[in-house]
Formats: sequence, C-alpha cells, structure tokens
Amino acid sequence: MPDFMDTGAINMRIAVLSGKGGTGKTLVSVNLAAVSRESIYLDCDVEEPNGHLFFKPEGIQEEEISVKIPKVDNELCNGCRKCVDFCKFNALAYIKNKMIVFDEVCHSCGGCILVCPQKAVTEKEKVIGKVQKGASEQVAIYTGILNTGEASGIPIIKKLLSEENAQASKQIIIDCPPGSACIVMESIKDADYCILVAEPTLFGVHNLNMVYDLVKLFNKPFGVVLNKCLEEENPAEKFCLENSIKILGRIPFDNELGTLNSNAEIAVNKDEKYRELFSSLLNTVTKEVQHETTTNP
Amino acid sequence: MKIAIPVDEKTLESNVCVSFGRTPYFLIYDVETKESIFIDNSAAASMGGAGIKAAQTIVDNKANALLTPRLGENAANVLKLAEIKIYKTTTALVKDNIAAFIAAKLPLLDEIHAGFHGHGGN
Repeated sequence: MPDFMDTGAINMRIAVLSGKGGTGKTLVSVNLAAVSRESIYLDCDVEEPNGHLFFKPEGIQEEEISVKIPKVDNELCNGCRKCVDFCKFNALAYIKNKMIVFDEVCHSCGGCILVCPQKAVTEKEKVIGKVQKGASEQVAIYTGILNTGEASGIPIIKKLLSEENAQASKQIIIDCPPGSACIVMESIKDADYCILVAEPTLFGVHNLNMVYDLVKLFNKPFGVVLNKCLEEENPAEKFCLENSIKILGRIPFDNELGTLNSNAEIAVNKDEKYRELFSSLLNTVTKEVQHETTTNP
Repeated sequence: MKIAIPVDEKTLESNVCVSFGRTPYFLIYDVETKESIFIDNSAAASMGGAGIKAAQTIVDNKANALLTPRLGENAANVLKLAEIKIYKTTTALVKDNIAAFIAAKLPLLDEIHAGFHGHGGN
C-alpha cells in the first residue's frame, strides 16, 4: 500500500443499507462514525431519521428544503387541459373552469409548466422538510427530515450529499433509508463502498437479495455485515457464501448490545469490546476500498 | 339527473366496485331516461392520484351524484368543488343501489378516508 493511502487520509463515502427497516443500519452507521478519527454522519433515512438520538448533537443549525410546485393563473388559462393530461401523478384537475393543484401529489417534475401553451403555469416554492446540522465530539451530524405526507425525500438527500463536499477530508457514513427504491439509489449514487446489513432469517435473505441486486446494478463495491448472529445456522451467511459475497463482519445477537442500543447509547463509547468490533469492521472496509481504488482506479 | 357508480362489470347485474379510484368501469345512469353508459376508468392503472383522475372523469361525464361504498380525500375534494353529491352504497348489487337512490333511501357518504397513496388497501 503506498504511503499516501494512509487510512487517516482517505476520504471514503460509505453507504450503509438494507432491504428493510430494523436490520441494524443505524447501529452500524452510528458506531462506524463514532470509531472514525473524524467523520460526517449523514442520516438519509429522511422519513424516520434516528441517528441523532444516539449522537445528541449540539449547536444545531437548520435549513428548510423546498421544491417547486405549479401555480396557475386562471386568467391566462384557457382550459385546454394539456397539463392535466400530461401529469402522470394526476396532481392536476380542471373543475368548473378552474385548475386545481394537489400539492402533496405533485412530484415537482415541472412538466405542466413546459406544456402550457398559455404560459398560465408558473412555479412556487413549497417547503417539504429540513436538514439539521450539529456536532457530537469528532462527528458532524447531518439529519434529513421529510415532512409527513410529502411525495419524495430525494431533494433532501441531494442536499445532504452536497453538504459533505465542503469537508472532503473526513470519513463519510451515509445511513440510507430502508429498501431499494429511488430514494436509496439517490443515497448510494456517489458512495465509494456499500455495506449491506443482513438478519439471519429467510426473510432477511429476501431483503438482502434486494439490496444485493441494487448494488450490483450500480456497480458498487460492497460487502455484508451479518447482524444479530446466533450460534445456529445463518441463512444470510449461507446466501453470502453461495454468491461469493464478502462478509465484512459479524455482530452478535447480544443482550448487552441490544440494551445499549435501546437506551440510545453508542456502543463503541461504552464498551471496549464493541469498540474493537467496529474498529475492525472499519479497517476491513477501508482495506476493501483501497483494494478497489488500486484495482479499479 | 345522472348518477355515477364504480362497477366491477359492464352490466346492471354487476356488483359495485369496492374501490373508487381504481374501479375498472364507471356506470353513468340517467335516472329520467333509464339510459346506462359504461365507461372505462382510465385512472385504474395510474401510478398515483387515481382518485383525482377518476373524479375528473365523473365531472367530465356531467354526473350530478356519485354512489360509492367509500371515497378518498382528494377525490372527495374534486367532487365537492364540482358540486357533485356523494352517496354511500348500502348493498352489493348495482341495480339495488340505483333503486334505493331513486327511492331516496341512500345515505350521504360522510366518512372520507385519507387515501391509500401507494400503500394498497382493498
């Protein structure tokens, strides 16, 4: 390994994802950020961000995030309905010679503005959520919060991922939303490495398979963390072995860890054995990324 | 007076469809002439906003009342703006509900649900 690739100098963007909620994305993300020398933790799980509960960040600053939605001038509108027919989300209706916009159904594509021959449709801002920044020891915490009922959190995720660029020399951990939909794709788009967190059940394998397909599609280097490991047979481990997927680490199904986590404690700050577990996981991932940059620059 | 009903099949012997926005067809029934017209619901396969689009269809077909087992919030807003009365169907068969409507025995639908918005429901 060349000298300049010292682990402290490398700027890795690690995305942590899983096919469903509750597998341990936040456990892994928070603890990896906490064992890093200097890090940025981005909570992209904008529908239910909970990383801040562990970090309890201080010096919080907030910024509102808006999208553009259509505004109709009914004086100019001639009722041609081109916009109504165009809208694939059916956010527009034309009733009693008036355009009606359903704000919460609109996906802000801007198509109605383009197709209107009368130039009766313009844009207005609508707040859909916010980004909170704060700090906890050596970790900078960015939390994306989507307001309830909004169509898409992607504008908030775009903002979170642009924030990190300002501090490029730090380790970046991206706590992704669950699943493998657009919002997850947006979260992993610029990641250098993806950690897939998996549960030791058949259902866990199904969910692992979803994100496995996604990271392959995006051509991302990735590995699996097996969470909630018991002594007995682990279907997720079997899946990894059958598909030659790199297993990065194993987290035990352990009462003590569960208790710390339920009390919103960061395990690596409370017990040396967990610090070793997550430090070793971070080292493994760092080596994987370095290997990746050397072989696929 | 014209009434609209979401229906499973294109016949008066059909059941009322349990879904408004994603019903396969609408019956537009003229109470005076007893004429039945069945129209395809173009909103049935929408990604989202099916209720809004289906309600637009009801408005465009100049119905004065809608008979439906239930209705989402967005669709209800469209229909209210268009001053279309919303009645609740009380039995399964389309023809029985038409008879009950003519006899003024159908109640107004007062429970509007918040919509399923991509979360299915049935």
